[in-house]
Amino acid sequence: MYTEKTIAGIASGMGGGIGIIRISGAESLKIAGKIFRTRKNVNTDNGKIKEDAEWDEDIFLKKESHTIHYGYIVDGEYIIDEVMVLLMKAPNSYTKEDVVEIDCHGGPYVVQKILQKVLKSGAKLAEPGEFTKRAFLNGRIDLSQAEAVMKVISSQSDFALNSALKQLEGNVSHYIEEIRQEILHNLGFIEAALDDPEHYDLDEFREELEAAVDSEISKLSELVEKFNDGRMKSEGINTVIVGKPNAGKSSLMNILLDEERAIVTDIAGTTRDVIEETVHLGDIVLKLADTAGIHDTEDVVENIGVDRAKKYVDNADFVIYVVDSSMELDEDDEQIIDILFGKRGVVLLNKSDLDTKVSDMDIREKINWDCIEFSNQTRQGLKVLEEYIQSSFLKGEISYNDQIYLTNIRHKEAVEEAINSLKKVKETLDAMMPEDFLTIDMLDAYKKLGLINGETASEDLVNKIFKDFCMGK
Amino acid sequence: MSYLYEEYDVVVIGAGHAGCEAALASARLGMKTLIFTVSVDSIAMMPCNPNIGGSSKGHLVREVDALGGEMGKNIDRTFIQTKMLNMSKGPAVHSLRAQADKKDYSNSMRNVLENTENLVIKQGEVAEVIVEDGKVTGVRTTSDAVYPCKAAIMCTGTYLKARCIYGDVSQYTGPNGLSAANHLTECLVNLGIDVRRFKTGTPARVDKRTVDFSKMEEQKGDENIVPFSFTNTPEELQREQASCWLTYTNKETHKIIMDNIDRSPLYSGNIKGTGPRYCPSIEDKVVRFADKERHQVFLEPEGNYTNEMYVGGMSSSLPEDVQYKMYHSVPGLENATIVRNAYAIEYDCINPVQLKASLEFKNISGFFSAGQANGSSGYEEAAAQGIVAGINAALKIKGKEPMILDRSQAYIGVLIDDLITKGTNEPYRMMTSRAEYRLLLRQDNADLRLTKIGHEVGLIDDERYNRLLEKEKLIAQEIERVNNVNIGANKAVQELMERCGSTRLQSGMRMSELIKRPELTYDMLEEIDPDRPELPYEVREQVNISVKYEGYINRQLRQVEQYKKLENKRIPENIDYNNVYSLRKEAVQKLNDLRPASVGQASRISGVSPADISVLLIYLEKM
Repeated sequence: MYTEKTIAGIASGMGGGIGIIRISGAESLKIAGKIFRTRKNVNTDNGKIKEDAEWDEDIFLKKESHTIHYGYIVDGEYIIDEVMVLLMKAPNSYTKEDVVEIDCHGGPYVVQKILQKVLKSGAKLAEPGEFTKRAFLNGRIDLSQAEAVMKVISSQSDFALNSALKQLEGNVSHYIEEIRQEILHNLGFIEAALDDPEHYDLDEFREELEAAVDSEISKLSELVEKFNDGRMKSEGINTVIVGKPNAGKSSLMNILLDEERAIVTDIAGTTRDVIEETVHLGDIVLKLADTAGIHDTEDVVENIGVDRAKKYVDNADFVIYVVDSSMELDEDDEQIIDILFGKRGVVLLNKSDLDTKVSDMDIREKINWDCIEFSNQTRQGLKVLEEYIQSSFLKGEISYNDQIYLTNIRHKEAVEEAINSLKKVKETLDAMMPEDFLTIDMLDAYKKLGLINGETASEDLVNKIFKDFCMGK
Repeated sequence: MSYLYEEYDVVVIGAGHAGCEAALASARLGMKTLIFTVSVDSIAMMPCNPNIGGSSKGHLVREVDALGGEMGKNIDRTFIQTKMLNMSKGPAVHSLRAQADKKDYSNSMRNVLENTENLVIKQGEVAEVIVEDGKVTGVRTTSDAVYPCKAAIMCTGTYLKARCIYGDVSQYTGPNGLSAANHLTECLVNLGIDVRRFKTGTPARVDKRTVDFSKMEEQKGDENIVPFSFTNTPEELQREQASCWLTYTNKETHKIIMDNIDRSPLYSGNIKGTGPRYCPSIEDKVVRFADKERHQVFLEPEGNYTNEMYVGGMSSSLPEDVQYKMYHSVPGLENATIVRNAYAIEYDCINPVQLKASLEFKNISGFFSAGQANGSSGYEEAAAQGIVAGINAALKIKGKEPMILDRSQAYIGVLIDDLITKGTNEPYRMMTSRAEYRLLLRQDNADLRLTKIGHEVGLIDDERYNRLLEKEKLIAQEIERVNNVNIGANKAVQELMERCGSTRLQSGMRMSELIKRPELTYDMLEEIDPDRPELPYEVREQVNISVKYEGYINRQLRQVEQYKKLENKRIPENIDYNNVYSLRKEAVQKLNDLRPASVGQASRISGVSPADISVLLIYLEKM
């Protein structure tokens, strides 16, 4: 039997009517029991747990396999969602391990919140294809399916890594790398001293190290805060609005935000030069990612430059191209259209309330995108645009970036684990353990942070020792 | 004219530290063994530093000893000073180092070789390893004698096409002016072996009578002598110890070097080989660490019956006149007579990724390679590979499975796995930081880790094996006992706590809990432990370490469990990675090149991602 840590992941597609969180592994029944409550235990009037109600966390251990349980997933004293919990005990499950599936009301927010809760209760986030991999390794699925699994694993890992790196371009990555390098330097010093004790002396190093570890912990804790309060949240369909000056891009942005007053986030935290606006259209989240420039100035092409605009378009899942239909298409439009090829998107024929000089057909000649007649003034076409985006999404034409969201959870996990390792370094220091014990957890912290930037550690330390410290006979 | 000589089971090419261990292991395992050396007088010669052991290298020596090798016994016979380094650190990094009498060391090892059954020493240069149908069938010397054999072990050290250089002087010789081996490289290339060129160096030797020791700090040996070999006791090894001396370079030294840096062959391009970063020449140190105002220099005796002293820390390939000024600028060396100049040496070695963990070439059955010829550096690294190659050549001929030590069992395992999996771009040196599980791979427990394996292989006799079993039993019993002994908070106990700078007991405590306190040890608690049995030091030491660091040790044991999972997934030799659906191209190429033996080894190849490993696992299940 292939056994590993208990894992959890979202088993349903994003945005459907129902969300499924799957947990697999020896601890899954226990974990589900911790966060589940029955009808008797909650007060649906105020959405809270009843304080005096008793709860047996081992409830699912005692239930039969292949049974369904109705109840609530709770976070602390609050209800997250009303759910059905499905138990499939080993070996009669997909992975041949104990499996719990939590069916909830769907909606990315709720699904993710439940997943977070499951992870906090002891599960590890599943790697792409990991359920299927376990199913295969435990002999559950037949051989012909194996290749499909391998493909999923390799393609999704690449995708996740790419998105992770894409996201991390910029300050977060630098910030983490700086902390990482500091840890490595201190590690290198200790190792150099262990290797060449007649040359390097660790006598006064402990205090220095303690101060460094304190500052690393506090810097990383700040980062976790940012993950928690949503400033780093970046789920959603990466959407970019392009068009030439005065075509009406900012107005469109404002309309979308205005209409959807619901959730508007200014993310100006760690990636200072990027401002992201999040718009919810029903179940779908649009992430309007722009530089400060894109919506402050009217002019992508002139003020930011075609190159910059191209970069945003390249990274986008969906592009809204705003055309001023009261004017003939000109060279600027040609330039924009050039960078749109190969992308998914829609053309808004804006100012449809004025005299129109550009038609559906004019656009079709140049790019094979659907057109929507639109007016910023009368808001004509807004509903059509929303439906268009929603239906493209549901048809699967636009991929929702759940991988990015999951990668984000991984980042947070990694940072938290790094903090824990650094805390252990402090404990080891306090316990007056010799220096070589300090390196165990320092190396752990270093490796954990490396996961975020997609880097591996194997030769780093040895290289660092040689580079920074003069060794040898 | 070619003529046929006597047939041997195993031929060892080279009688340095790798060759000696390889030949001894092979002969002791009953193989009719022939060892070639360019000079019988240079058997087990130490051409560079006059010491054995040191950080992590001391671990290797003890492991070689635990398997039934000779290096530990030989240094025990011939040391003139011994020291346990890092005593204030954790037990994982305690490292034994001994200064050797070089001549004595060499003679003593030669004596062992000469008196080993099944072993024949032959002076001569091997020019060719004869391979037929991918299998070794014999070796041919430069005198055209052919020695048929079933296995050959290449232990050529720094001798292949060796060139010694200082300034613009360069001589095509091995170390110390010994003749180089100029023919074998061509044969290796013809066999399709990837050959590269490395460089290393050695400092000058000076005449003791001309050194002013009053300007230096004396470095004495430890009073408490710890043997390298588990077969020796400290009492047997008591002897008068020689001193080493510490001095420093200064600004003047650095100025002389910088003023003449253009005359260094390293910087002028005359030396093309890749040198080691951990053992840089003094000119390298001065250039790369320009902000350091001084570097340490150790004067170490070369032996009891010579006045030559090794100037540790100042290896160089600068011209003779610059060396002269440079050494004389060092306090204490102002009037020193230089007996031998410092020089750099360039030599051919192989790319070790062509080897299996048994140290046999993947593509040539019966051809093994060990030591500096594999791109490592150091006497100890060489000996460690030598014994492995010798054992495995013998096992192969006997039709048995090879002895492979993994990263969780021994530094030897780490060393070989690094070499064959990651390769190396410079002479590879062992370091404790290379061992992931170093708390388990201590020098004090090498016998507990490896002597059973040595016994199974056949190098450890029953008597030594039984002693080990007895030791194991005593350790286990005593750990069990201290885990169950309760210490009351009585007056004697509180008094002892106070004396040892420890906090008083609030209530009764297990003995094992007390041992875990950083300021206490197992031995310190003897007086409050009336039922304690009398135990030898090596048992008490193991009890103390096992109990004291239990938490950390258990953590590493859990990591080892994880590691073993992938390590135990063997990859069939005939796998075609091109058929592994969904592997990335880079991974396919790397895996095809390296042909790892296990999924664990595959996972350590650079350029193979965790996703590739998942894919590979699934493929292997499918096969």
